[in-house]
Amino acid sequence: MSTVESHASHEHHFAHHFKSADHEFLTSKQGIWLFMVTEILMFGGLFVAYFIFHHIYPGMFAEGAKSLDWRMGFGNTLVLIFSSFTMALGIHQIQKGHNKKAVLSLALTILCGAIFMVVKYFEYTHKFHLGLYPGKYLDVAKVGAEHANLGMYFGFYYLMSGMHGLHVLIGMALIAWVLFRTMRGDFHSHYYTPVEGVGIFWHIIDLIWIFLFPLLYLVG
Amino acid sequence: MNEPKDVHHIVDYKILLKSGAALFALTFLTMIAFWNHHHLGAFAAPIAFLIAGVKAAIVMMFFMGLKYDSTMNRIIFGLGFFFLAVLMAFSALDIWTRVPVLGTI
Repeated sequence: MSTVESHASHEHHFAHHFKSADHEFLTSKQGIWLFMVTEILMFGGLFVAYFIFHHIYPGMFAEGAKSLDWRMGFGNTLVLIFSSFTMALGIHQIQKGHNKKAVLSLALTILCGAIFMVVKYFEYTHKFHLGLYPGKYLDVAKVGAEHANLGMYFGFYYLMSGMHGLHVLIGMALIAWVLFRTMRGDFHSHYYTPVEGVGIFWHIIDLIWIFLFPLLYLVG
Repeated sequence: MNEPKDVHHIVDYKILLKSGAALFALTFLTMIAFWNHHHLGAFAAPIAFLIAGVKAAIVMMFFMGLKYDSTMNRIIFGLGFFFLAVLMAFSALDIWTRVPVLGTI
């Protein structure tokens, strides 16, 4: 019945409502893709709102974008791309049975996520220091804002980058979970479903950042 | 459900490495375009998003493995972008067809 090969360290017993381990794997993966659609629609809604208000108040958005440091965004883009590579590599290594190497790849992925969040922390605290808060909390006098509603730009900035940052934190926790399970020997070449799912989630974080970076930092 | 023959497709190490390298190169290209945005004028934003689109395609095809996935999963994920495009199109139509009204309500 089971398609798990005899050389596997632990045989994976699929749930009884599935035909086979492959059926379980494919069904789980399809569920992850459905979840990814909700992610696209959630961030997509924010992107559409950003475009609308950018169109209505181009000057205000330009003023806001000027206060963002492209070097921070650029560095973080490279960090996140590298982390996507190590995540994909981790799955590749588990599929090939190189679990020790996979542990290293997954640990590197978490480290990249941590670097990303540290940079975000410095960006946020610097902005708070300058009085660049979202919405009505923006200190117009301290900032010397040309546009009285500059807080709206920062509302978008904190909401979009904050929502993304929250995903990075959740992603790091999920990778830590699959890292622990990899060390415990739960996964092998024919059973690595949680790693695959977490991997797809981590890549979508990279995917969203690929669009957020030019949107927030470059196109003002 | 039409199950793919190659359920546990292993993406070649070289493909992963090339994808990563291409994503790095395209990020630098984004910056080069940004530093020359005064020359590009109105095209600066579309060019930045075009490069982002190519990067996104690389991530989806090789890192997320959609190139080797089932047609059903590709359709599911594609539908997300389709409905996002619908939202974007109707929002744009709304903005562009508004009649300017002077005065306050």
